[in-house]
Amino acid sequence: MTSDVATRTPGSRSDNVDGRRGRAALRGLLRWETALAGVLIATLIFGSSTSSTFLSSTNLFYIGLNMGEIAIMALPLTLIIITGEIDLSVASMLGLSGTVMGVLFSHGWPVWLAMAAALVVGALGGTLNGVLVAKLGLPSIAVTIGTLTLFRGIAEILLAPRTITGFPPSLTKIGVAPVPGTQVAYSAAIFLILAVIAGIVLHAAPLGRALVAIGLQREAAQFAGIRVNRIKFWLFVLSGVMCAFAGILFTLKNASVSYDAGTGLELNVVAIVLFGGVSIFGGRGTVVGVVLSVAIVGCLTQALTQRNVQPEVQNIILGVLLLISVVIPNGGEAIRRIRDRARRRA
Amino acid sequence: MSTAVITPTPTARPRRLESLLRARELGIALAIIVVFGLTTLNNHAFAHASSIQQLLTGAALIALLGVGETMVIVTRNVDLSVGSVVGLSAYIVGDLFKHHHQMPVVAGFAVAIGLGAAIGAINGLVTTVARVPSLVVTLAMLYIVRGIDGVIVNGTTIDPGSIPQAFITFGYRSLLGIPWLAIIVAVVVAAAGYAMRSFRWGRDLYAIGSNPDAAALAGIPSGRRVFTAFLVSGALAGLAGALFLAIHAQVDVTGGIGYELSVIAAVVVGGVAIFGGSGTVLGAALGALLLNTINQALVATKISSFWNEAIAGALLLAAIAFDRWLSLRVARNLRSAEGAHRDL
Amino acid sequence: MHRLWTARRTVTAALAATLLGTVAAACGSSGTTSSSGASATASSVKKGLTVYYIPKDTQNPYEVIADQGGQTALKELGGKVVVSSGTADTAAAQIPSIQAAIQAHASAIVIAGNDPSALCPSLNQAAAAGIKIVAFDSDVNCGTSPSHLFINQANTQQIGTSEVDLLAKEIGSKGQIAILSAAASATNQNAWIVYMKQELKKYPNMKLVTTVYGNDDPATSLTVLQGLLSAYPNLRGIISPTTVGISTAAQYLDTHKSLLTHLTLTGLGLPSQMKTYVHDGTVKQFELWNPNNLGYLAGYAAAGLASGTTSLTTGSTFKGGKLGTYTVLAPAGATGPSVVLGPPTVFDVSNIDQFKF
Repeated sequence: MTSDVATRTPGSRSDNVDGRRGRAALRGLLRWETALAGVLIATLIFGSSTSSTFLSSTNLFYIGLNMGEIAIMALPLTLIIITGEIDLSVASMLGLSGTVMGVLFSHGWPVWLAMAAALVVGALGGTLNGVLVAKLGLPSIAVTIGTLTLFRGIAEILLAPRTITGFPPSLTKIGVAPVPGTQVAYSAAIFLILAVIAGIVLHAAPLGRALVAIGLQREAAQFAGIRVNRIKFWLFVLSGVMCAFAGILFTLKNASVSYDAGTGLELNVVAIVLFGGVSIFGGRGTVVGVVLSVAIVGCLTQALTQRNVQPEVQNIILGVLLLISVVIPNGGEAIRRIRDRARRRA
Repeated sequence: MSTAVITPTPTARPRRLESLLRARELGIALAIIVVFGLTTLNNHAFAHASSIQQLLTGAALIALLGVGETMVIVTRNVDLSVGSVVGLSAYIVGDLFKHHHQMPVVAGFAVAIGLGAAIGAINGLVTTVARVPSLVVTLAMLYIVRGIDGVIVNGTTIDPGSIPQAFITFGYRSLLGIPWLAIIVAVVVAAAGYAMRSFRWGRDLYAIGSNPDAAALAGIPSGRRVFTAFLVSGALAGLAGALFLAIHAQVDVTGGIGYELSVIAAVVVGGVAIFGGSGTVLGAALGALLLNTINQALVATKISSFWNEAIAGALLLAAIAFDRWLSLRVARNLRSAEGAHRDL
Repeated sequence: MHRLWTARRTVTAALAATLLGTVAAACGSSGTTSSSGASATASSVKKGLTVYYIPKDTQNPYEVIADQGGQTALKELGGKVVVSSGTADTAAAQIPSIQAAIQAHASAIVIAGNDPSALCPSLNQAAAAGIKIVAFDSDVNCGTSPSHLFINQANTQQIGTSEVDLLAKEIGSKGQIAILSAAASATNQNAWIVYMKQELKKYPNMKLVTTVYGNDDPATSLTVLQGLLSAYPNLRGIISPTTVGISTAAQYLDTHKSLLTHLTLTGLGLPSQMKTYVHDGTVKQFELWNPNNLGYLAGYAAAGLASGTTSLTTGSTFKGGKLGTYTVLAPAGATGPSVVLGPPTVFDVSNIDQFKF
């Protein structure tokens, strides 16, 4: 029970791994989510101290608008990280799919067809990642750095240095109007629906347990009959499609697209997922945590911008939050280790 | 409490491994020559002495960062903060020169290296003492250091007039036709490569990356070794920052942005396994040189610069796949050599 | 064990709250309160206006100077400026600042667009909320949604043509030339390049072989420059209409003086950065205008629009403070109503020491 998930190494054996570790992990998570909820409340208080309109529906609409696409990309990444892999190509796929959609649209394709093509591109990109990581067994961090570069490069070949505009206003209104009857941005609403689905899959479906098992103990999962490679493959395909979808939303929101759309966002998405309590080693994480993390980062950056805090300082704050989010859970163990070592020496 | 460390006597197996690894560096060198040759056929001006110098200087910073990154990656960690360190140290040294024009050149380098080492030490401490995954620590530091850089820079730039000429010479002068930048990098690569092969702590890094449990059982002080790796990585990033200043003679807040991904790409192309345990600093440096040669070759053959990224990405994927194929072959060789005694 | 879990949770929450509290305290002084509109007479600029300046990013030195000009202008008018943007030169980084302006009920927004179109939806929302929109340095192409005033640093055509003319004079109107630009999508760069290409038709013996993009980043600019030089060894001239590009190129030529025997560099540069190179002969001439004046004029225009004393009608005039009176020009092509700051200034060894920016 005192086994630290962080120092778990592949190949070590213990009985009832899944059961005990799963329950302990769940307990540990509930703590993190509770802490995140507290931080969210504190952020909202902080925000409303800045401006009386912070909690207004307009402002919440803005926050949803700003975070929507990033949040959508965070969902498949959560699942991927839980299985012990990573996908750094998310933002590049957003850019590539938007580019494809734009280029086809500018050549006279009907916009719905262009959007479908963009999704197909997402599936293809995800398939490439999936084949390389799941079928060929290549390390996902290196592969997705490669595909990150490749996808962005293809977008550049297709579109640089132009910008495509002229998308139908009936679609680009998602960038200015909320879902009718509410004040929620379209992308935020879509994210919430997808998050519920992801949450059900991860926490209530056998597939979700399989994902956690893969992340905790790959070989044991394999021996238990879980088709590890197949699941990982399809997760990458899913990630490709969802990031392509995020790319479509991003393009419509901005009513335009250029090849460098979304450059650099992958690190933001990774940071948000990690801050949400998902362990980089795999096997631990909840969708609730990621949703809270998205909300916190969205509200915090909005509040800081409205307080006119320099963006550089905002980066420092985000970095420190990320650091705290991992040091705290491991910190207790570290202090105990140091105390034990000191006691042994004495 | 001390443990005796048993040094294994060299057997036939390591020699075969070594020769396979050396083949990797040779392979990269061959690739560089091939690319160079093909480009020269297309554009004769590419074979000019100045072109070659440019190839070397263009790769210098990434190669330097690659040495430190190799040490870190070999231990199964990663350092994503190097780009931000380059930017911060370049600006701080520049700012010091601007306000203290009499500062000796050596002091400039010392400050840069010291600053980088300090940040590397923080990375190392949090990774080893708090047992935090290095990906997260260095990602956080990437944000934090870049943010601090932004606050300090505050919209200003360091202008060329502020930097003493003696410092700038490192950015462009040559010694007997070889650029100083290339010489500095070569010296660092040689020193690091020797240390990795021949010093105890260098070989310990490989052990830690190959099998952390076994390394701990063998009495290797993993914490201290990993900390040192981060310290060196940070120090070299600081040095790269000073050289950045010398090359450009101007810095603003954009210094070093994006370098971390370029370094990892160069290192992987150079044969360093992303899961640790193998790879050499020479390979990493050659990887950086190969990527830069390809970049410059694309422009020299007038292929639109818009193709650079796509080609770089495809190349990286090819290198990773090749590496995997290679390591599978090595594993098969080892298994056949050991027969039934598998301890993988 | 159970106590440890609880303690950990408390520590996390406490730390997070402390962090936020510290941030709040530290940022208290930089907080913005806005009050738009106050007493005004019918024909004079209102006092107490708040204008949001949204540059391409918060660190671009050229834009920092422009923003300072804006602050001077608004101080003269009894109002104030809030500078807000992101760190990356993207439209996505500027949108939160537009939202902040809307939330703060700003009187006007002065924006340098990172992208010609992606900002239009948000700017349109701002206009719908009663905020006046002024663009400067880099225009936005939004048509009439929203309508806005573009403060052009110099006549777009004139920038393009004068750059080519400057270079032509130096290289004897003969030879291969190249352009070292900034980001491939920058509105202002592409607008100037169009006119450069037009002007080149007047010089049949000069050929534009390529345009390379340095992204306003010294490292990238150097790499593309080196590639350029190795791809075109017979290059005679380089135009770099971006302060980062020209200073990077100048530094390279300064340390590789043998190139100067056949290569000439010109473009748009800051005198403070280019001083060394002009004095040692690396660069003979380049041009620019005073970015401080650009921001200053934009400030007066924004205040005038917000007070109703300035309009977007072609031919109408307004006072630009100490810079004099300016006339609104008719829309042309993708550009809406605009005002031109003045002709670019050519800097060379005879006058470069006079300028502080």
